[in-house]
This record gives sequence, C-alpha cells and structure tokens, in this order.
Amino acid sequence: MSATTRHAVFVLRGNPITALAAAGLTLIILAALFSPWLAPYDPIASDVSHALQPPNAAHWAGTDQLGRDILSRILVATRLDLSIAVSAVSLSFIAGAIVGGFCGYRGGRLDRWVGRIVDVLMAFPLFVLAMALVAAMGNRVENIVIATAIINLPFYTRFARAEVNVRRNSGWVEAARACGEGHLTLVLRFLLPNVLPAMAVQISLNLGWAILNAAGLSFIGLGVTAPTPEWGIMVAEGARFITTGKWWLVGFPGLALMLTVLFFNLLGDGLRDILDPRMRT
Amino acid sequence: MGTPINFIARPIFGTSSGFRGEVARRRAGPAIVTTVLAIARRVGQRLLSSIPALLGVVIITFVLMRVMPGDPAVFFASGPSAGQAEIEQLRHKMGLDKPIPVQLVRYLEDVATGNLGRSLTTGQPVSNDIRQRLPASLELTFTALFIALLLAVPLGVAAALRPGSPIDHVVRMLCTLGVCVPTFVSGLLLIYVFYYLLGWAPDPTARIDIFAASPPEMTGFYLIDFALTGEWAGWWAAFTQLLLPAFTMALFVLAPLARMTRASMLAVLGSDFIRTAQAMGLGRPRIVVAYALRNALLPVLTITGIVFSTMLGANVLVEKVFSWPGVASYALDALLAADYAPVQAFVLLMATIFVSVNVLIDILYGIADPRVSVE
Repeated sequence: MSATTRHAVFVLRGNPITALAAAGLTLIILAALFSPWLAPYDPIASDVSHALQPPNAAHWAGTDQLGRDILSRILVATRLDLSIAVSAVSLSFIAGAIVGGFCGYRGGRLDRWVGRIVDVLMAFPLFVLAMALVAAMGNRVENIVIATAIINLPFYTRFARAEVNVRRNSGWVEAARACGEGHLTLVLRFLLPNVLPAMAVQISLNLGWAILNAAGLSFIGLGVTAPTPEWGIMVAEGARFITTGKWWLVGFPGLALMLTVLFFNLLGDGLRDILDPRMRT
Repeated sequence: MGTPINFIARPIFGTSSGFRGEVARRRAGPAIVTTVLAIARRVGQRLLSSIPALLGVVIITFVLMRVMPGDPAVFFASGPSAGQAEIEQLRHKMGLDKPIPVQLVRYLEDVATGNLGRSLTTGQPVSNDIRQRLPASLELTFTALFIALLLAVPLGVAAALRPGSPIDHVVRMLCTLGVCVPTFVSGLLLIYVFYYLLGWAPDPTARIDIFAASPPEMTGFYLIDFALTGEWAGWWAAFTQLLLPAFTMALFVLAPLARMTRASMLAVLGSDFIRTAQAMGLGRPRIVVAYALRNALLPVLTITGIVFSTMLGANVLVEKVFSWPGVASYALDALLAADYAPVQAFVLLMATIFVSVNVLIDILYGIADPRVSVE
C-alpha cells in the first residue's frame, strides 16, 4: 500500500463523514447513469387523473400538477443536473489552469492584463453575471454551461496563477529547464500537475456551487425548458402549489439538490484533509 | 506615519485604563488628525483604484448589449409592419450605424448622464423604474444582512468559546447545511411552514397586503416611511411581510459569517493579550466582548463584503419566490420578455453597488484597524 493510500485510509477512518459523502455521491452518479431503467414511470407522460397526489405506495414522492411521477422525474433529472455542473466546472478548470499557469509562469504584461480582466469579472455579483451572459448568448442549456464556466473562471485562474508562481523558480523546475525543456513543457508537464491536488479540492467544492447555480438559473426560467425534468425547474413549477400545502412538489427536488451539494462539499472537505494536511481545520 | 508598528498581537481596542491608556489619552489630539488624514488618503486611493473595475463593468455591459439577440431598432419601430426605411432611420437616430468605438463612447455618455434607455414592457425610462423599485430591494437586502449578522456573530462566538462542545457541533452542522440549501427551496419551505402550517406569516406576495395602503412616498423604504408617519399598524404589516424573504436570504449567508466569526474568534482567544487579561482577573464578559470580539470582527467585516455580492445574486431568486417588487424581479421579467435595456441597467447597477460596498468595507476596515491604513 502506498503512503498516499495509507494516509487516505487513515483519514477516512477518523472521518466517516467523508466516506459517507463518497458513498452518497456514488449512489447519485449511479442514479445518473442508470436513471432510465431505475425510474418507475415515464418522467414526461402526464396522467391527470392522478394529479397532485401526496407521497403514497404507488408514487413514493407523489405526483405533480400533471400527474407525473416526481421520483421518476428527480431520477431522470440527475443526469442533466450533474452533466451541466461537471461540464461547466471542467471547462473553467481547464481554461483557468492553463491561463493561470502561463500567467504565473511568465508574469509581466500578460499577467497584468489577465489579472485586470479577472478583477472586472469579480466586480459583478456572479449570479447576476451568469444571468446576463445567458441572456446575451441565448436561452439554451449549452449557454448555462458556458455562463457557469465563465463565472467560475476567476477562481481557477487566480488559484493556478498563485500556485505556479511560487513554484516557478524551485529547484526541480530549474533542473528541468537546464535539461532543455521548453516553456510549454515546463508549464504543462511539470508545474500544472503539481498544482492539481490542491485544485481537486476546489473542484469538489465548486461542483456543488455549480449545481446550485445552474438550478437557480433554470428556476428563474433560463436554460432548461418546460417538460424536461430538471431539479430547478421542478421547484419552479411546484412553487405555485406551496401556499396550498402541496409540499412534495418542492420538497423532493429540493432535497435532491441539497443532498448532492452537501455530498460534494463534504467530499471537498475530506479531500482537503487527505491531499493537503496543512489546511486541516 | 513613520512610527514603527509593533505587530505582536495586542488589542487594537484597548480599554483606556492603566499606563497604556494614559499614553493613549495624552496622544489623542494629533493622533486623531493623523488617523483622519490616513483615512481620507485611503478613501481617495480606493476610489481611484475602483475606477478601472467600474470602467470594465461598463464595457462588459456594453458588449453584452451588442451581442444580445434582436435589433433594438426593430423593437422601437412603430410595429411589426414597420418598413425598412423607418428601421434604417431609427438605426441612424439611435446611432446603431456608427462604428463600435463611437457607440461605446455614446454609451459611456448615456450611463454618465443617467440615461439607461426605455423599457419596452413598462414604457417608462429604465432609470425611473429602477429608482422606484430600488428601495424595495435594498430594504430586503439590508434587513437580511442585519438578521444574518445578528444570528451569525453570537453563534460563531458561542462555538468558539467552547470548541468541540455540542453547541460547536450544532453550529458547524448548521454552517455545512446552510450553504447546501438553495435560497429558492428554503424560501418555499419557509412559506410552507410559516404561512401554510402555522399561519403566522402573511400571504407571501409583494411588500404589503394588496388591500392595505402603502405609506406616502418618502424614502421608499416602507419601514422608515411608516415609522416617520407614525402608522405603526402599517409598519407592523410591512415588517411581517418583510420577515420571511429576509430570513430566507439571511439563512443562505449565515454559514460563511458564522464560520468566519468562529475561526477569527478562536484565533484571537488564543493570543497573548487575552491571556494577560485573564491573568489580571478581568471578568469573562469583559474579556469576551471588549477584548476578543472587537478584535475578532475585522475578518468578519471582510467576509461581509463577499457575502453582500452573494446576496445581490440571491435577490433575483428571493424576489421571484416572494413576488417582491424590487429591481431584480423587474430585470427578470424584462429578461424573459426579451426587453434588454432594464437587464443591462440592472447588471450595471448591481456591479456598481458591489464595487462601492467593497470600497466602503475597505474604508471601514481602515477605521477599525489603524494598522491597515498606516502601512
């Protein structure tokens, strides 16, 4: 067993919550992969004779105003919600790591200009910026992904920049440079891989945030359109019925959102303990 | 300036007793002048340094406007049957046929003079609409921030005073859960519990019951206007209406505030001057409040700026859930109706508010911790 694995096992034993979060996330990912077979009903087929039923034996999470099974809709929505978040975060991670990496490595004019652009992006309240971006680019799911990626970009760029900047003159980089490696190889093959573990923590924490963000955008009517099952839009449709006490229309999709974000955040905290023992709280 | 600063942990706000207090009192006169000068310099510097960011914000808003779908001239034309000639004429009148840099300069002029265009849905100039609706949003946001601080600071302090105790665990659990529940879900669940189940809250739509009279237009802040006219029944109605949305927003930002209070309180409680105060036999409340808390609040102030940005975003969601007639719901309605002038104005306004709040926090920070401005 390698030292890292042993350390991971040690940390997980002392911190069962991280293990629990990992198990919960695995379940959610499995649900995303196999939802078409897991869902007991067709998520889109309406059945008005069974509309607005509270949770019961046939419909575990009740039915909505069109008689659609809420549990099936939640299960099927998992794939869409997760893929929006994962693709947005990977986009901004890749772009941010490369741009930030080169800025931290080169410094100078490029660094100043990128820093200035990042400052301007940070001057917007991020959700408002995402809203405006979707409005400008057109109301489509791909644009939700791009908007979420853009508002995450400043964090990754700054992070990669700072981490690369402190390492750029360390001994092993000098050694690689002396061996005749080019700037490109130095950044991509030597510096960035060393920054990855610290960024993994960011990614996990960010995924939860990206899910909330995407669900928020579809809650206000951007991105995903009506019959498509998605957690944010399900909450938005159920909102009308909350004042008459039909809690399950909002409660269950809300719970799905909350648990997913919770697991990602807990996993992020756990990952930090495993990968970066200095930051442990 | 010029005096060496001793960075050994010590209270920034000492109580003026004993030898050090005596020295502080004797120096008070010129020290205040220096502090005021330092603060003024700091304010000037911060205002200057926020100009590039604001300029960037305006440019991004302009670029967004350029790429937004739809030709504004077609919108403003007399109707769907408007001829090509009329549209061309409008384009010329609106300056849309000019080169982009010229248009940008025009846009900057418009923004500087407060001309933000006309809303297609309300038919009013956007600046009028926004002026009318901004107080509702600000009243909600500030009440929420106030509630959040009122809850978060005591919770964080209580957790820090007994680390590892049940109360510490409860606070940490609250913090972990708090950031996971989206505002639109917690808002709806609060409505379910407090309006439907318990019947304590009024009908969760708008700022005041539709049958009740709104206060005479003064500040636009209902709580202030009702208080000024002395209509306490109206004040209470507006207050109960405000409570639920404000709580929803407060819950969302409770976690970072409480977490930061706890962390910075723990750090301060472990420092030397607290041990000295304890050794000298000062009472516990005095140590906790006058010595520890006042020094621990500085990082909380910083995080409040970040939290404020989150709240400006959360405004959109909360105003939608509670049909709150603020600027965010105005922009949202406009956005869904493809009416873009209000959206741009809203984005610009939010960014400007956020930048100004950050400047303000920086200045407050300088006042609270003189070491920052002397540096």
